Parts: sequence; structure tokens; C-alpha cells
Amino acid sequence: MFGTAVIVFREVLEAAILIGIVAAATRSVPDRNRWLFMGLFAGLSGAGLVAAFTDVIGSMASGIGQELFNAMILGVAVLMLAWHNIWMSSHGAELAANAREAGNAIRDGRRECSILLVVVGLAVLREGAETVLFLYGIAASDGVTNSSMLAGGGIGLVLGVAVGYAVYAGLLLVPLRWFFNATGLLVLLLAAGMASQAARFLIQADLLPSLAAPLWDTSATLPENSIPGMLLHSLIGYDARPAGMQIVFYAAALVSIAFGMKLARRESHKNVRNRNIKTQLDPQSQGITS
Amino acid sequence: MKRFGLELTTHVAVLGLTLGLVLPVNAQSGNVGPDYLLVIQDHRFKPDALTVPAGKKIKLTIENRDATPEEFESHALNREKVIPGKSTATIFIGPLQPGRYPFVGEFNEKTALGVIVAQ
Repeated sequence: MFGTAVIVFREVLEAAILIGIVAAATRSVPDRNRWLFMGLFAGLSGAGLVAAFTDVIGSMASGIGQELFNAMILGVAVLMLAWHNIWMSSHGAELAANAREAGNAIRDGRRECSILLVVVGLAVLREGAETVLFLYGIAASDGVTNSSMLAGGGIGLVLGVAVGYAVYAGLLLVPLRWFFNATGLLVLLLAAGMASQAARFLIQADLLPSLAAPLWDTSATLPENSIPGMLLHSLIGYDARPAGMQIVFYAAALVSIAFGMKLARRESHKNVRNRNIKTQLDPQSQGITS
Repeated sequence: MKRFGLELTTHVAVLGLTLGLVLPVNAQSGNVGPDYLLVIQDHRFKPDALTVPAGKKIKLTIENRDATPEEFESHALNREKVIPGKSTATIFIGPLQPGRYPFVGEFNEKTALGVIVAQ
């Protein structure tokens, strides 16, 4: 039972932390909860399907289908998180500066919600499929009673969700002044960590050279299967023995998203300033022509 | 103008990420070593110790003869892969420094244990 709890906890943790961060980051988006649950539901259904078709997926692309599938899911999630962060960077200032943008914001907010749905769905899909397979394996083998397995799985699930909720509740305590910077930074690191994981799968499939492997080894001081190691892995993509190529992907994602956020922020500040100048000038120009 | 600016920004970021994802795929990684076979039976690896040459890339074929799925996992090798019941999977590892690299079948951690020795 204990072993089951640990494994389910490990699988649930990553998705739970992601959902915690994404839920906090989108707390001002209308109807957020509905979309969140839809993502969760879609992810769970997808996980069942993926688990049922693991052998089909695995045998695709001459045996590297599973790696390609995982890398693809991670890649899409990275792009979605990047979009989210850049959108947030451009709208934070505008929403505060001008209420006329509200219409735009609601329309974009809806798009933001579908992004949310996809990100949550993909995270649940990936981790959920492994959990389903694992539980199926136990259920199919002898020697372990089903009730004990269910209890173990339940404990692992509850613990994982609790950590995700703690991340969410903790983020809500951050003062509003820093809140979007904090969630933006977490989403950025989350995306970079996912890019690094995608690289790992592509190396495993021999589609990418590993470069130096491992580039460093911190498994003695901070093992990946320790609790802090697991938390850091889920939060910032910590890897005790990363390949050089993983670091390349991590850095590339980090730099491109951060750069995109910076550009978007500058653009939006400029727009807000221009609009303010225009509204100041408008009445004067009218006075002159009439 | 605002929309254009934002879209441009998004496109630049997306392009950067896509290039990062796609470009290195074309890079060829040579120096492939020989193939090795691991069999999973009764939730155990056979053989449970595999000696491979260091400094070479290894193609590891894992055949799961059990009816239940197994997940090959190794933190030391930085690899994980689900292998469905009654099926065969391929994992590329290395090039490795000389040393011992333990691995487990995550779904049966008590019995499915093994080590790859690179020398």
C-alpha cells in the first residue's frame, strides 16, 4: 500500500503543482474554475485513452512513439505557457490604465481560458496515463488486494493534490503588487523545465545528441527522488544529472519567453502612453477647428 | 498597431522555441555501440547486470514478457519509459562514463532491479 501511495504521489505531484501555479496565475480570469475543471476532465479522459493505447503509441515511429508523444505534449505545453506569459505581460499595464480595453480583455480572456484548458489537460494526460497503467498493473498481478491498492492510490492522490493546493494558496498570499511578477516567473521556470524534459525524451529516442551527459551530477547532495528534489523538479525542472542538450533547451525556452515578455511589456506601455497623450490632446484640437 | 505588436512578439517567441525544438533534430549523433537485450519476466530483469562499453552510445532493447506494463526508470541514466505488457521497447543510453548505473522497474520496485556497468 505504501509503495502504491509513493508512486501515485510522484505522478500526481507534477500535474498538481502545475495546476496550482496556473490556477493562481489566472485568478483574475472570469469563469476560470469552469475551464480548469474542463481541462482536468479532458485530461483524465485522455489519460485513460493513452493508457489503453500505450502499445500502439509506443510502436509508432519504429519504437520511439512514446518519446515523440511525450516530447510533443511537453512542446505544446511550453508554447501555451509562453503565450500565457506574454499575454499577461502586455495586458497587466493596459488593464490598469484604461477601462476601454475591457472588451478586448474579455475576448482575450476567453482565449486565455482555452489555453488554460489545454495546459491543464495535457499535464493531467501525461501524468495520469502512467498512473492508470501502474494501477492497472497492480490490479492485474496477484498478491495484493484491490482495497489496499485503492487505499494506497487514494493516499498518494490526496497528498499530491494537497501539495498543489498549498502552492496555489501560498501564491495567493503574495501581495498583489508582486503577484503577477511571481506567477509570471514561476510559469516561465515551469515552461523551461518542460522544454528540458522534452529534450530528454528526444535524446532517449536518439533524435538529439546528448552533448555532455551528464553535464553535472548533484544526485549525492540533492537526489531527484527525495522530497525537495521532486518538488524542485516539478517547480523549476530540476534534474540531478542533466544532459548538456537539456540545458540548451532550458536556456532557449527561458530566454525566448523572457524576451517575448519584455517586448510585450514595452509595447503595451508605449500604447498606454500614446493613448493618454491622445486623450489629452483631443479636446484642444476640437476647440481649434470649430 | 497594438495587436500587431503583440502578435509579432508572440511570433518571435514561438519561432525561437520552434527553432530550438526542431533544429538540433537534424544533428546526427554518431558512435553507436552494439545492441543489448533486457528481458522482463515475473517482474524481474534478466539479466539483472549488464556490462556495456563506456564512451559509446548503446541501444537497449527491453522485452516485457509479463502481461502487465512496466516502467523502466533510472535516475542514474536519466531515462524513463513505459513498456506495455507483452511488448518490446527501445531506449538509447550513453555514451556513459565508466561506472555503475542502477535501474528499476518502477511499477514493481521491490523485485525489478538491475544495474548497467559501463567499463
